[in-house]
Amino acid sequence: MAATRLFLRASPVKSSLTGLTGGVRGSLGLTLLKLSPDCTAQPTAPRRHAAHFTFHPDPVPTQYGPTQKMNLFQSVTSALDNTLAGDPTAVIFGEDVAFGGVFRCTVGLRDKYGKDRVFNTPLCEQGIVGFGIGAAAAGATAIAEIQFADYIYPAFDQIVNEAAKYRYRSGNMFDCGRLTIRSPWGCVGHGSIYHSQSPEAFFAHCPGIKIVVPRGPVQAKGLLLSCIADQNPCIFFEPKILYRAAVEQVPTEAYHVPLSQAEVLQEGSDLTLVAWGTQVHVMREVAAMAQEKLGVSCELIDLQTILPWDTETVCKSVVKTGRLLISHEAPVTGGFAAEISSTVQEECFLNLEAPISRVCGYDTPFPHIFEPFYIPDKWKCFEAVKRMINY
Amino acid sequence: VGIEAGINPTDHLITAYRIHGYTYTRGVSVKEILAELTGRKDGIAKGKGGSMHMYAKNFYGGNGIVGAQVPLGAGVALACQYQAKNEVCVTLYGDGAANQGQIFEAFNMAALWKLPCIFICENNKYGMGTSVERASASTDYYKRGDYIPGLRVDGMDVLSVREATRFAADYCRYGKGPILMELQTYRYHGHSMSDPGVSYRTRDEIQEVRGKSDPITMLKDRMISKNMASLEEIKDIDAEIRKEIEEAAQFATSDPEPPLEDLCN
Repeated sequence: MAATRLFLRASPVKSSLTGLTGGVRGSLGLTLLKLSPDCTAQPTAPRRHAAHFTFHPDPVPTQYGPTQKMNLFQSVTSALDNTLAGDPTAVIFGEDVAFGGVFRCTVGLRDKYGKDRVFNTPLCEQGIVGFGIGAAAAGATAIAEIQFADYIYPAFDQIVNEAAKYRYRSGNMFDCGRLTIRSPWGCVGHGSIYHSQSPEAFFAHCPGIKIVVPRGPVQAKGLLLSCIADQNPCIFFEPKILYRAAVEQVPTEAYHVPLSQAEVLQEGSDLTLVAWGTQVHVMREVAAMAQEKLGVSCELIDLQTILPWDTETVCKSVVKTGRLLISHEAPVTGGFAAEISSTVQEECFLNLEAPISRVCGYDTPFPHIFEPFYIPDKWKCFEAVKRMINY
Repeated sequence: VGIEAGINPTDHLITAYRIHGYTYTRGVSVKEILAELTGRKDGIAKGKGGSMHMYAKNFYGGNGIVGAQVPLGAGVALACQYQAKNEVCVTLYGDGAANQGQIFEAFNMAALWKLPCIFICENNKYGMGTSVERASASTDYYKRGDYIPGLRVDGMDVLSVREATRFAADYCRYGKGPILMELQTYRYHGHSMSDPGVSYRTRDEIQEVRGKSDPITMLKDRMISKNMASLEEIKDIDAEIRKEIEEAAQFATSDPEPPLEDLCN
């Protein structure tokens, strides 16, 4: 029994055995596959041992004070810790946050700040967000956790119709700007349909909220603190595959990374690459491949804030390079790349040397066994770069 | 197993994600279930669904978003009523999902239109890692249907479950409207592979349930004590089942994965 458990064990975020894990929520699967000791079935299909990206850590920030080695979930805990310490009205709630959360983002906070500030909710996303809106409107800094971005849809009405429009429809008499919703986001290697989604595009269509996706621990903590401080309801999507894989030196004190400011990670002259979250690391490799194999110099931009997005930085870059490639895991039709593409061609039409390219997930539900084929990996992006250069 | 014994194969069933058992009782072979778990092309959902998504005739899955399957079940019950074939729909959900708003919406519609729907709450005392006392203002799940009559059943006793299901199915077939059942049961393992299952409860608690209320053991003891089966017969059954499962496991690990064309089909 123990041997079988070991054979099938997969941590929720690291590169893992596809195929054989049968999804994160498969507890009965473990019972059924209880092989007798002399059964030595070996899998004949090849197993995946590596993730589709290599995490590139940020350089150590020097302007925010002493730093400590942290991974992504620890940097989130640090941000929440700073918030609860400095703001007596701050409360954190969601499913299973009390014991530390399914991704360990809230470990230790309940013990440190008390059960009336860090508490569990029942399984009701609509209720969680609605409750959060009310708490924020009444003056609390409300930080709600939706356990997986895939589960955010029952709360869609609350977010779009209540949270986003509160200030507008009350003529600024009321607002829920003190609300921040955090949620694990994006593909993880074995998440399948309901543990891998990237729903930023659904919410991007809604004026009144802000949407932010960090690429690593240093950015995550700074951006999360900015979201919490921001006077608008914010949704903060955390790439779950990076929770343990991304490790950086992160300042222990509170600091803010500004919202709606895209960051140019690498300057270049021939082609602009735009991505956010995990995909930024894929694009770093694409840029390296382009330089090495094609002699093409790429400018890499991490969008960071999806809504409202930094049109100026992206357009300025495209004016310089003339080519744009945007990439995200979410399905291509109606994905946020479409919005970027549309705006850029309006602003930079005469500067474009090639049509704007989007390398995204296919228009299907996020697959179980087909994940490696579905995600916009570096090879697909590299092909797109080649096409644009040769246009 | 008890539920299936209380209904007909022409009745309908829908549940959330802990479905491997239901997939089997609804007629799918062990081979196909294990192949689906391992993402192979001969799996019941062609390898594209995985653990959470298995389907069969009159078995609507296999749903990842808990609570979302309950309005679906009410809809299936409406179809049963409309087609007047005297069929019922068994709609299952857990104690965790019992707090989802859409379940109450489904209750209201089912009661209003007298749909032949058997709502079953499988109360295994924990929603992932949260005990029922910490999640629900009322843990009398059989009463949460309010205007829908409810019964509480010992979910660990196969025969009780069968009789209760028969009663409930008859109730619905007579056109009296929906009915609610709470099956009190237990979950030995953690919620999923990321959950060891012991950070929110003691090992003693798990052992106690395994020792005193295990459904298979209870049935075995009852059959033996009433001379309905001998120890040897039970051993033979055990051996046969073990063989079947091992063959299925072999198949599941050697069957090829679905072809790439299936990605967009």
